[in-house]
Amino acid sequence: MAKIVGGIGTSHVPSIGKAYDMGQQEEPDWKPVFDAYKPVQKWLAELKPDVAIVVYNDHGSSMFFDKYPTFAIGAADSYPIGDEGWGPRPLPDVPGHPEFSWRLAEELVYNEFDMTVCQELSVEHGFLVPMNLCFPHEPTWPVKTVPIAVNVIQHPLPTATRCYKLGQAIRQAVEACEDDLRVVIFGTGGMSHQLNGTRFGHLNTDFDNDFLEKIEADPIALTNLTHQQIMEEAGAEAVELIMWLTMRGALSDDLTRVHRNYYAPMTTGMGLIALEENA
Amino acid sequence: MTAQRDKSKIIPGTTIFDGAESRKGYRINKFAMSFTKPENREAFTADEEAYMEKWDLSDQERLFLRDRDFRGLIEECGGNIYMIMKLGTCTGHGLYHVGAQLRGQTFEEFMATRNASGVR
Repeated sequence: MAKIVGGIGTSHVPSIGKAYDMGQQEEPDWKPVFDAYKPVQKWLAELKPDVAIVVYNDHGSSMFFDKYPTFAIGAADSYPIGDEGWGPRPLPDVPGHPEFSWRLAEELVYNEFDMTVCQELSVEHGFLVPMNLCFPHEPTWPVKTVPIAVNVIQHPLPTATRCYKLGQAIRQAVEACEDDLRVVIFGTGGMSHQLNGTRFGHLNTDFDNDFLEKIEADPIALTNLTHQQIMEEAGAEAVELIMWLTMRGALSDDLTRVHRNYYAPMTTGMGLIALEENA
Repeated sequence: MTAQRDKSKIIPGTTIFDGAESRKGYRINKFAMSFTKPENREAFTADEEAYMEKWDLSDQERLFLRDRDFRGLIEECGGNIYMIMKLGTCTGHGLYHVGAQLRGQTFEEFMATRNASGVR
């Protein structure tokens, strides 16, 4: 039986990818960002997952508003590095696990989560920054992946509760899979940030730290947040945080927190939490 | 069903990218999405006017683009920030330049408001 062994909540700020590619990891303002991931890299190297399910959103790389799916699942052999408008990052293509993706899609759709299945999908910062920060990638990535894309950029968005329930359905789907796979799940995006209007640059570190507390200990409280509340408190683009609830919904309540970090240097609260299943 | 948005309650300084914005911005966002192909970025850089001619853009959208007025493209034309940043990057205007414009500040004024502006 396939099994979820851990979950990671992390921001996916695109400038981190650029800084990584330019070798700025040791620069004083950047160092806290990259150092925060070292314990998580070590933990994942010991945990040895076979598959990473990455819940992210496409920011206009592989998906556009002509048809923008609310929930989509990748089912490709390999995911090429997308071009978001400034050329693809110098990273190797990311391996997929199409048989597992299709199994998950079957279970999810029959469990009333009507996923769009994508057999061609390039991946971008929402997916790549978390992968890049948590796993080595030379010469290739050590895990296969299942991208799950959520619409968090064009309202109406799925509710926080719906995202949490998707996570619960993902757990059931994983456990219904006969293959003996160790699975980790990423919830990405956020934390507080706003990229439009005169409120551009809005941060709310209190909100972010409370969210980091509750995602571990009381996720149900977070599912009660409306998009309006999240946007008022933490900025219009902070609604990405509902994707962390998909990660959390896929975990049990018997968890050990491996690591947690928060840093708000520029325009986005950069949060990180890593949770391991005890059983 | 819990209402996810309270449209009567405007969040100051905030535009919510919803159906109305996406309809209004469809032309400029589609144009911007074309910049995910290197050949289109090259064609725009080589001859902006000729490239814009190939697309269904309004006079106002062309004007804002010529003026590098990203605030106008976002706030008045329905531009989505992630799409508009493709135009910004191609014309040498990073996110914090665009953000400063949105706030009505200079780049330097905006950067002075940040906690650790080496993260850029």
